[in-house]
Amino acid sequence: MNKKESLNRVEIIIGKYNYWAYILLMMIGFYAMIGKKNLVKKLIGMNIFQTSIILYFISTGSKKGATIPIVEQVPGEAARAIEAIQYINPVPHVLMLTAIVVMVSTFGVALALLLMIYRKYQTLEEDEILRLRK
Amino acid sequence: MIVTPLFSAFLIIIMGWFKKSLCYPLMIIALSVSTFSSFANLESVLSHGTLHYHLGNWQPPWGIEYVIDHLNAFVCVIVSGISLLIGISSKRMVEKEFPEKTVYFYCLFILQVTGLLGIVVTGDMFNLYVFLEIASLAGYTLIAIGEDGAPFASFNYMIYGTIGACFYLLGVGYLYIVTGSLNMADLSKILPSFHNSTVVLIAFAFFAVGVAVKMALFPLHVWLPDAYTYAPSSVSSLVAPLTTKVGAYVLIRVMYTVFSPSFSLQVIPAGTLLCWVAAVAVLFGCILALAQTDLKRMLTYVLIAEMGYIALGAGLGNRNGLTGALLHILNDALMMACLFLIIGAITYKGWPRKIDQLTGLHRKMPVTMAAFVISGLSVIGIPPTCGFFSKWYLVLGAIDAKQWVLAAVLLISSLLNAILFFRVIEKAYFKPVPEDSHGGQDKIMAIDEAPLSMLIPVLLLVGGILLLGILSGKIISKVIQFAIPASL
Repeated sequence: MNKKESLNRVEIIIGKYNYWAYILLMMIGFYAMIGKKNLVKKLIGMNIFQTSIILYFISTGSKKGATIPIVEQVPGEAARAIEAIQYINPVPHVLMLTAIVVMVSTFGVALALLLMIYRKYQTLEEDEILRLRK
Repeated sequence: MIVTPLFSAFLIIIMGWFKKSLCYPLMIIALSVSTFSSFANLESVLSHGTLHYHLGNWQPPWGIEYVIDHLNAFVCVIVSGISLLIGISSKRMVEKEFPEKTVYFYCLFILQVTGLLGIVVTGDMFNLYVFLEIASLAGYTLIAIGEDGAPFASFNYMIYGTIGACFYLLGVGYLYIVTGSLNMADLSKILPSFHNSTVVLIAFAFFAVGVAVKMALFPLHVWLPDAYTYAPSSVSSLVAPLTTKVGAYVLIRVMYTVFSPSFSLQVIPAGTLLCWVAAVAVLFGCILALAQTDLKRMLTYVLIAEMGYIALGAGLGNRNGLTGALLHILNDALMMACLFLIIGAITYKGWPRKIDQLTGLHRKMPVTMAAFVISGLSVIGIPPTCGFFSKWYLVLGAIDAKQWVLAAVLLISSLLNAILFFRVIEKAYFKPVPEDSHGGQDKIMAIDEAPLSMLIPVLLLVGGILLLGILSGKIISKVIQFAIPASL
C-alpha cells in the first residue's frame, strides 16, 4: 500500500531541487520553441527541452554517497557478491545515451533543413518566411 | 523482419556507389521479405498464440523483448503490406521528381519502414521511443525533399514531432521511476497497485499528449496539412497512411495493455475526454476539408477526420467501439494509401491539383478515376466497401455506450464526406471539357493512363478495399477479437 507522506513546503522546494531544475530548463526550452520567431532560436529551444529530459532521467538514478556503477574485478578472481545499493543506477544512463544520440541526429537533420530554408528564402525569421510564402 | 529493412538500407547506399539501377529491386526484395514474414507471423500467432522474442537472450524485464500478439501482428501486416505496394509504385514518381537522388530516397524510405515496423513489434517502452524517433527522423527528411514550402513545413513538423516524442519519453521516465521496469507486460502487472499515485496519472497524461501529437489528434494536428501537402507524392502516400495509424496503435497499446482498461477508463476519465476530442476532430476535419481547393490538402483534412474516428473508437472503451477502431486502422490505411497514390498518379501525368481544374479527367485516366470513386465511397462508408463496416462498428459502439451525440457526429461526418467526394467526382466526370484547351481534336481523347507500375498497386488496394469489406466478419472473428483485452 502506498503511504502518503505530507511534505511541508520547504521540504518540497529544497529536497527535490533536481526536479525544479529540470522543470525550469524544460520551460525555458518550451518557451523558446513556441515564443521565439527566429528558426535557429526555436531549434536551440528544442535542444534545451531535450537536454532537460536527459537531466531528469539521470538525476533520478543518483543516490547519496554511491559510486559509479563499474564493478572492479581482478581477472582470475572469483566473482564477488555485489551490493547494488552502493552503485548509482546505471539504467537511466544507458537510456539517456540513446536519447543523446537521438537528440544529436535530430539536431543535424534540423540544421540541414534550416540550410534549405535559408537558401530559398534568404531569411530565418518565421514571420518573414510566412509573408514571403503568401 | 525488422533487421531486413535496416540492413538493406545500408546496402542500398553502398550499392548506390556501384550500380544505381540495383537499388530499386533491392528495396522491393527487402520489403517483400518483411511482408512475407509478417504474414507468417500473423499465421503463427493465430495458431499458437503470442510470440515472444528476447533480444540477446536476456530475459525480460532486464532485456528488451519483442512481443507479437494479435494486435501487433495485425498492424504489422498492414504496415509492411502497404509499404511494399507503395514501394513498387514509387519508382516512376521518384525518377521524375528528383532523378539524381534516388538512392538516398530509397534508403530513407526503407529506414522509415524499419522504424514503423519496430514501433509495432516491440514490447519495451523505451525501445518504442527509439523506433519512434527513427521513423520520425526519416519522415522529416523525406517530407523536406518536396516542392515549394516543404522544408518549412518539415521544420514545423519536426518541432511538433519532437515535442510529442519527448513527452512520450517523459512518460516512460515517470513510469520507470515508480515501477523500475520498462517492459510492457511487466508494467501491466506492476501498475495496478499504483493506481492512486500522482506520478502514474501524470505519466498517463504525458503519454496521451505525446501520442496525440504523433497521431494528429485535434488540437495537435496543425503540422499535418502542411507537411503532407508539400511532400512529394510518393512520400505522402507512404507516410500519410502509416505514421498516424502507428501512432494510433501506440495509443491503444498504452491505454489498454500497459495501463489496464479499468485504469484508463475509470480512474482517469480518459475515455470520455478522448471521445469528445475525437468527435471535435472528426467534425473539424470534415468541415475544413470542404474549404480546400487543393485536392491533396483536402485529403489531409480527411485524414485528420479519420484519425478522429480511430481515437473515438479507442476512447469508447467497449468491445464494439474498439473493434471499429482496429478495423478502421486497417481500412483507413488502405483508403488513404489508395487516395494518395491516385493523387501521385494524377500529378505524375502533369495535371494540376486544384479541384476546379480536374475536368475531363475521367476520359484521360478512367481506371484511376474509377479507383478514386471506389475509395471515396469507402471513406463515406457505403457497403460493400470496407469503410462501411468499420463505421458500423463505431456507431454500434457509440450506441452501446449510450452516447447518442457521438453516434450523430459519426453520421453527420459521413454526410460531409459524401459532399466532399461527390464534389470532386462531379468536377472530374460531369463537367464538360472546355473546348479551347485542346486545340480542336476533341472527338476522341487519347487515354493517357498512369504507368503500369503505379496502376497495379492502386488496383490492388482498391481490390483490397472491396475484398476486405466483404471479409470483415472473418477478419474480426479471427484476428481483432483476440486483440481486444478480455476485460472489456
